[in-house]
Amino acid sequence: MQKDKAYYILFRTIHEVLKVEKLLKNHGLDTEVVPVPRNLSSDCGVCIKSKASVEELIPLLGDMVDIKCFVFDGMEYKPGKHGKTK
Amino acid sequence: MIYLDNAATSFPKPEETINAVLHFLTETGGNPGRGGHPLAIDAARVVFETRERLTKFINGKDSERLIFTQNGTESLNVAILGLLEAGDHVVTTGLEHNSVMRPLDFLMKTRNVKVSIAGCSSNGELNIESLKKSIKKKTKAVIVNHGSNVIGAVQSLKAVREAAGDKILIVDACQTIGNIPVDVQREDIDIVCFSCHKALFGIQGLGAIYMREGIDVLPLRFGGTGSNSEFTRQPDALPDKYESGTPNTPAIAALSGGLTFIEKTGADEIRKKKRTLTKRIVKGLRAITGVHIYGEPERDDQLPIILVNIEGCQPSDVGYECNRAGICVRVGLHCSPLAHKTIGTFPAGAIRISPGYFTGERETDRLIEVFSTFAER
Repeated sequence: MQKDKAYYILFRTIHEVLKVEKLLKNHGLDTEVVPVPRNLSSDCGVCIKSKASVEELIPLLGDMVDIKCFVFDGMEYKPGKHGKTK
Repeated sequence: MIYLDNAATSFPKPEETINAVLHFLTETGGNPGRGGHPLAIDAARVVFETRERLTKFINGKDSERLIFTQNGTESLNVAILGLLEAGDHVVTTGLEHNSVMRPLDFLMKTRNVKVSIAGCSSNGELNIESLKKSIKKKTKAVIVNHGSNVIGAVQSLKAVREAAGDKILIVDACQTIGNIPVDVQREDIDIVCFSCHKALFGIQGLGAIYMREGIDVLPLRFGGTGSNSEFTRQPDALPDKYESGTPNTPAIAALSGGLTFIEKTGADEIRKKKRTLTKRIVKGLRAITGVHIYGEPERDDQLPIILVNIEGCQPSDVGYECNRAGICVRVGLHCSPLAHKTIGTFPAGAIRISPGYFTGERETDRLIEVFSTFAER
């Protein structure tokens, strides 16, 4: 199992995931679309995994709502800064 | 075989369309948004990229508000059944297709929805004054056929919007999308519905609806979306709210190929070629005694659709003879009895000739030869 440190950002739809993937890649930021870790959500979808910092990532997400951000420190997932909620 | 029924669906399809479907079926193949494996993600990318491109094509602001449907009819059903509630009043026109009239008929009988029909000339021109007069204080929406599948007449959306004021404007752009620029922001359209297999060069089984921000209608389908799977309630987030069930991803890939073809060839170039073919056919038909052409298909602001009848011949007989000559035209009522009543061709209908980008000049000449023999009989 992969144990490297990373940020995980969960969105409402795969449309948002792919929109953000495109956005982050256009900004030259490390981005990967991965299955949502089971301990973050029981959803069967995908999310964004990035090694870029939250400070770099969050401002790019604009006014997207209900974004859930988690930091994986190599051991456990901790809630990070959240986006706006509708 | 000479194919002159491009208003029903464009044929043949460009190489770009065929290759896109082939690539999807042989290389991608996953179910978009269902699971996190590479082929499901690749399929989701096909859907995402095509949605973005199609949104740009109609100058939509936000691609998540572009919903894929099964066809133009489903798009109109989403708009009409999802928006209109018991007792609502709606205004539409005398040129509508049954994809508008049948859902409205259902709502008149089941939800007591009131429908007013604005008049149109027999040439297919919407009477804007009649539209204005039909709109009441309690009117919820105005539904307008942008371009007629029967007579090829195109309505000015600017004039329609001015007449509709602040009412919700629903535009049926099934025939115009790809043929005439459709710009949801410039034309101030609230909801636009269209199919993707005609002048967009996609394949059958795909339509789309774009709803501007602030418009919220009930979905027609509920079910799995690949998102929020832990909850049994339908998600609110777009586009998932309206896209339950596996989409027609091969057709979405095809649409992507169709859009590539339009970009490469140039929308203006495609329009120009269809106009030239239309004028060539009309010129040939006008020289044949006994051929009656409805509307003004030579006009550059009309669709590449020519509606005709031959004196003393039933349209169905002409259709049969065309079949025997290897020419595909569509005869009858074109799923639009109301439009035929407006034009004056109900109930027998008429013969519709609709050339496409791939129609050859020799093919149009052959059509004229065959029609000349009908008229001589």
